[in-house]
Amino acid sequence: MGKWTRRAFITTGVLAGGVLAIGVAIRPGNRSSKVAGLVAGENESLINIWLKLGPDNTVTAIIPHAEMGQGVHTTLAMMLADELDADWSLVKMLEAPAHPEYANYALARGYTLGDKQFPSWLLPTVDGFFLQATKMMSLQITGGSTSTRTTGQSAMRIAGAAAKAVLLQAAAESWGVPVSELQAKGSHILHDSSGRRAPYAEFATQASQLKAPVMPRLKNPDEFTIMGTDVPKFDIPAKVDGSAVFGIDATVPGMKYATVRAAPVFGTRVETVDSESIQAMPGIRKVVNLGDAVAVIADSYWQASQALNQLPVQFTQSADESRDQADIYKQFANDLDAATATGKEQTDFRSGDTKAALANANRTVLAEYRVPYLAHATMEPMNCTAWVHDGLCELWLGTQNPLGFAAEVAKAIDFDIQKVLVHNQYLGGGFGRRAFSDYAIQAARIALESPYPVKLIWSREEDMRHDHYRQASISRFKAALDADGKPTAWENQFTEKHDPVEAPYIPYGIDNQYIHFTESKTHVPWGFWRSVDHSLHAFFTESFIDELAVAAGKDPYRYRHDLLAQATRFRDVLDLAATKSDWDRQLPDNWGRGIAIHKSFGSIVAQVVEVEVVEGKVQARRVVCAVDAGFAIHPDGMKAQMESGIAYGLTAALYGDISIRRGAVAQSNFHDYQMLRMNEAPAIETYIINSGESLGGAGEPGTPSIAPALANAIFDATGHRIRELPIKLHDLRKSNLEAKDVA
Amino acid sequence: MIALTINGKAQEFDVDPATPILWVIREQAGLTGTKYGCGIAVCGACTVHLNGMPIRSCVTPVQAAAGQEITTIEGLGNAVTGLHPVQLAWIAEQVPQCGYCQSGQIMAAVALLSSNPSPSDADIDTAMSGNVCRCGTYPRIRKGIRTAAATMAATREASSGDLNNG
Repeated sequence: MGKWTRRAFITTGVLAGGVLAIGVAIRPGNRSSKVAGLVAGENESLINIWLKLGPDNTVTAIIPHAEMGQGVHTTLAMMLADELDADWSLVKMLEAPAHPEYANYALARGYTLGDKQFPSWLLPTVDGFFLQATKMMSLQITGGSTSTRTTGQSAMRIAGAAAKAVLLQAAAESWGVPVSELQAKGSHILHDSSGRRAPYAEFATQASQLKAPVMPRLKNPDEFTIMGTDVPKFDIPAKVDGSAVFGIDATVPGMKYATVRAAPVFGTRVETVDSESIQAMPGIRKVVNLGDAVAVIADSYWQASQALNQLPVQFTQSADESRDQADIYKQFANDLDAATATGKEQTDFRSGDTKAALANANRTVLAEYRVPYLAHATMEPMNCTAWVHDGLCELWLGTQNPLGFAAEVAKAIDFDIQKVLVHNQYLGGGFGRRAFSDYAIQAARIALESPYPVKLIWSREEDMRHDHYRQASISRFKAALDADGKPTAWENQFTEKHDPVEAPYIPYGIDNQYIHFTESKTHVPWGFWRSVDHSLHAFFTESFIDELAVAAGKDPYRYRHDLLAQATRFRDVLDLAATKSDWDRQLPDNWGRGIAIHKSFGSIVAQVVEVEVVEGKVQARRVVCAVDAGFAIHPDGMKAQMESGIAYGLTAALYGDISIRRGAVAQSNFHDYQMLRMNEAPAIETYIINSGESLGGAGEPGTPSIAPALANAIFDATGHRIRELPIKLHDLRKSNLEAKDVA
Repeated sequence: MIALTINGKAQEFDVDPATPILWVIREQAGLTGTKYGCGIAVCGACTVHLNGMPIRSCVTPVQAAAGQEITTIEGLGNAVTGLHPVQLAWIAEQVPQCGYCQSGQIMAAVALLSSNPSPSDADIDTAMSGNVCRCGTYPRIRKGIRTAAATMAATREASSGDLNNG
């Protein structure tokens, strides 16, 4: 991918070589007026900094989002290029620098327009923008599956369309013909009656003097020529020959290497460290006590890690050291019991009268589920190269939030934010982890004490034990069924609510619903994990609806279908998955099938899993996935994201288990935090519905449905209901299940 | 000093002989295409070839490779020297997502195809299950290996045809 040089960074708008940045000339000079304009609903500022047109007629889309495999660099460029009617072969991309000019204005705009699909976890940050414009300057987040539906829709498409409009107008003036007689096509302006044809570049300078339309006309889907096609992704060639530069690959002349060990029990600190004892080891430069962690700097990573392993460190004591995972679950259960007993439940959603419906039920069904903590385990462990020099702190790393990191690092080392320069690289996986700046702050603090640049690399063990974890949780359900087995009441109580707010909500037509939660905090740090709260609630709600179908003696697919009579968009997705899976087909012995549907980040995803369980070994054989994200800008990319979300969710469902032992994380590496591997990967078929509804995300929505679909399939195959993840905790051998039945 | 031939280039390194090859390749030789993933040989991100055989460079001491030939992803092929059929297949099937594990995946796939030119699904499972991909590109890796196997077979056929005709 293209990279900004320092020079370009400083001189945005005065680009060398005759390159014109469309809109730079029309950008309001004053940033605060831009902010005011946004709040007032003027979107002039949106069109100004997103594309460059070179004298060779190449178009460069400037993308303010991080590439972590989700294909955003390509997808957003497609949206801009299509509206511009550009020749795709002449389109390039450049990742925007971590600079206030490239903060997520589009996110803010989506918010002002009251986009109901806006992820609630971003609202506090975005809200801060409206209250205090300076805070907004640090918002440059890639997360919440937002890039396409906010930046893409509100910035890229408008920028492309506005640029096309001024180019057409410039051509009309230059040729002395009405603009209505001109056509834009393949990066050229065409005048049919005179046969004239000229490249966009010819009108670039003139166009830059024109005022771009505030509300350019956007194409209808039937006019798309690039959106909806499977163009090759920009980032792939560099990822097959080793030339892609990830954070860990950044090379700064003269740099040394560091690695850290943080206090194992969250919240504890370094008490003593015997730095002298390792000074004689080869290549050792320095030991840095960071307060809650110690770092060793050496001439190579291997030397630093060998020395750190031998470094005697004492950590402070904490009451949390007496806590194991079982104690945490016990705390959750106690807190839920107490909330019920005292009536101090926090209401999440309520409709009708659940109590009355339960009292009048023909039958009630109860169930309790639990899920453990989960680590992100990105393939690239956390790392950051930092260099403090000439009053600057330069950082090379992969981050989902370059500006936010700059702000947080600046605060941590007491620098002006303008003096912290973030050079974002490819991310070797993000999944929410690289939205937390702990590793960048560590690197900056180490660099502050070093006369040379330092590359900080966390060991896999450190990465596993000092993540920001998806919460563990218990969820309890109570439902009333009428004589036909139809649910008339749905009560759900769970621990700890994060985001998005709608994660525990169900699409089913059940009149009486009461969804409530109880906070039950632990010392384990929380973090966004691919699909956030959806990752647990889809497992809870879609397992329980399956239990209701079984209790009602109904087919789990048709039971859901009937309850979605008023939610036709959901029903269509469910039907497509079931039909494509050939739902009624006879399965081989020891196989089972399960279905689940869930909406997240604006996209509805239904999945059918076919599983084989032999001698207790669970093998997902086939996954049929149907998705309605409104419109798939890059259909193959959408499929890739579904495949990826499924593998991520399947890994968690089968194996994912971060457990607390004596206050610390018990797992340390891929041998005890297992990953799905090639021999366990199911065949995946993805079917896309372009419903024309508002655009939904792609990066996360593939994940939530897979755990419940798999658990439901295991029930179908074995008769054993999975109420606790991961599945590896269950002994699914026939001999064991039969013994249980007898008992 | 330890002598290694990396991607055909003979070099000498002044390192602790116990240093894993991975760090010598990345830090001393400056070839960052080979990745650190786990440090205990369970994820495959560090896979390189030692005399044509795939090894986990994160646990192999550099001393064990003294005087021998190492091939990394950079030595396999690039846009200038020409890409290996496996790399071309990876582009054709749009395999990589985050891309971090893919150097290791490609080196493992190349090793598989050089010892077994037409692998079955079970062969692919066996050869590739040591390489973790957190983005779940497994279905595409499988397709990529099949595509590469087909191209390589076609190339072999064409060249043997040439020989027969010649």
